[in-house]
This record gives sequence, C-alpha cells and structure tokens, in this order.
Amino acid sequence: MNVRVYVTPKQGILDPQGATVERALPALGFQGVKDVRIGRFIELTLDMPQGATPEAADALVDDMCKRLLANPIIEDYTYAIDEG
Amino acid sequence: MSAATEPVRFGLVVFPGSNCDTDAFQAVATFPGATARYLWHKDTGFDDIDAVILPGGFSYGDYLRCGAIARFSPIMDAVRGFAGDGGLVLGICNGFQILAEAGLLPGALIRNTCLTFVCRYVNLRVETTATPFTSACTPGERPRIVVKHNEGNYTADPETLARMKANDQIVLRYVDAAGEPTDAANPNGAVESIAGVCNEGRNVFGMMPHPENSVEDGLAGGTDGRCIFRSMIDHVLAARAAHGAGAGGDASRPAAAAGGAR
Repeated sequence: MNVRVYVTPKQGILDPQGATVERALPALGFQGVKDVRIGRFIELTLDMPQGATPEAADALVDDMCKRLLANPIIEDYTYAIDEG
Repeated sequence: MSAATEPVRFGLVVFPGSNCDTDAFQAVATFPGATARYLWHKDTGFDDIDAVILPGGFSYGDYLRCGAIARFSPIMDAVRGFAGDGGLVLGICNGFQILAEAGLLPGALIRNTCLTFVCRYVNLRVETTATPFTSACTPGERPRIVVKHNEGNYTADPETLARMKANDQIVLRYVDAAGEPTDAANPNGAVESIAGVCNEGRNVFGMMPHPENSVEDGLAGGTDGRCIFRSMIDHVLAARAAHGAGAGGDASRPAAAAGGAR
C-alpha cells in the first residue's frame, strides 16, 4: 500500500520559512495570502502481511510518525493510506 | 594516585558527520586534570567515563531533522543510561539538537529565523551557576564565543517554558554588549534568547554556542569557553571527594543536583 505523510509545523510554533514566503507572495502581487506553513511530504510503500487489517497499517504508520517522521514537540502530522 | 588526582575522563561521541569532535578533544586536552577519548556511535556501552560530550557537526547529514537519526544510534541507549544514573552529558550545537530529539532535554531546535547559516561571535549571559556546567562561572558572567549553525532557534511550548523557568533550567541567553537579551543580539530567533538549557536533574546540558573553540590563549577564540569544562571537571572531582571512595568509576558519578553547591 502507498502511504503519504504530511508533516507541518505545529500551530503556535514559529515557522521562519512560512513567514518568509508569506511576505514574498504579496511582493509578487498575490494578495490575500495568510497562514503559510511549510512542512514536509513523505511518500512510502508499505508491505503488510497477507490479511493484515487496515487498522494494523494505520497503527504502524502512526507509530512511524510519532517516533521518527515527525517531532511531536514542534510538528503535527497527518497521513493517507491507499490500498494497492 | 588518589581519586582526587586521577584525571577526569571525558568521552566524546563520534557520529557519522560529527565535525567538532576533534576540537572538543583538543579542548579537554588543555586541562591538565582531564583526559579525552572517542566513543564510536556504534558502541553499545562505555566504561570509565566521568562525562560525555556530544560534539557539533552534521550527524547523518542532518537528514529529516537535525539529530533525528543520531538519536537512534546504538550508543544513545548507553548515553541515556549514563544520564539516568546522574552522569554529566554536554551537547554542543548538533549535540544539543540530538539531546533534544532524544527527549533528554526539553524543547526543540528549529530553523534560524533569518533562514541562513549563522557563523559569528555572540555574547552570552550565564543565567544560573547552579549547574555542573556553569558552577565555575560567576553569576551573570558574559562569555563571548562562537555560534555556527542553521537550526539553532530554540523553541518550547509555553507550559514547558514556564516549568523550565520555575526549575531554573535556562542556563545561557544571547545578550548584547550591555548584557541585555535584545532581538538584535539573538542570532537565530530563539525564544526568549535561549542559548542553553539543562534537564530537571541538571546533569544534562545543551548549548548552541561552541565553548570548545574558546579555550586557548593566543588563538583567535579567546578563553571564554573554559568555564564550561572547568565546571564539569570541578564537579566530577567534588563528587569523588564527597563520595570519599578511592576508586574512580561509580564513585565519580554525581548525585544529580550536586553541582549547584559551590
């Protein structure tokens, strides 16, 4: 199955890259832009044992995010798992 | 040789991508009462070490996040156990990032606000001498040493910060020439100008500036970094004396909070 993980700076945590891009866009004429947050997109393919439940895959990906892919002190994460 | 005259033994952890390990080794070697040896990241344990230093660099290429991969190195279990027993652990720059990722220190280090690598002298203010890493400093002392980093912007949530202040865990701040923690004097945007913090047990300390580059007279860096190493050495020797035992080893393991009493 294909997994897509999105990691973003936590609300309330300063995001220097997002702040810089937010200032740059109006300078190019793009008005009305706010709340720019720059994070990380991670794709991976996960081979689960035959007959594994979707819940098992979900728990595994959640654990990956907590322990390595995101730092829960400064980052939030979401993910999507596609069968096949 | 009595315990008091046996050298204080520093272990310097070398990760793939560490590049300040030799500087830290040389810094320790300038103290007559101290010896240094390298600890490889694949080692699963170490003996006869009084204090551990995680040096600066770009461990594992800083992939994913600075320190995120290094914290899973085999030696980090041993470092965690050593810290849990009250052993002194100093993280400098990337070492600070690793300790934060490992959860041995509160908070995290994120990208500098300026979005550029910063390499320059900073003025620091010692906020507390009640740690084994600053006990040889005078309160309010203002060491001038270098920073060199891209992700030195210290951050922590408000609850964590409040707890750290209540526990006197904020050890170093960036200040201006007058000793004030102004925005202009803050090289990376760190919350409340924080440059170094310790854990609640006070035996684990992380700092972004590099004391190991300021230990020798006659070289460009000055000697303002010496107080950090001096404090650690004094602490180990005092702990040995307090334990009274002849042997080094465990006798030199400090009680976690002993460093403050000077």
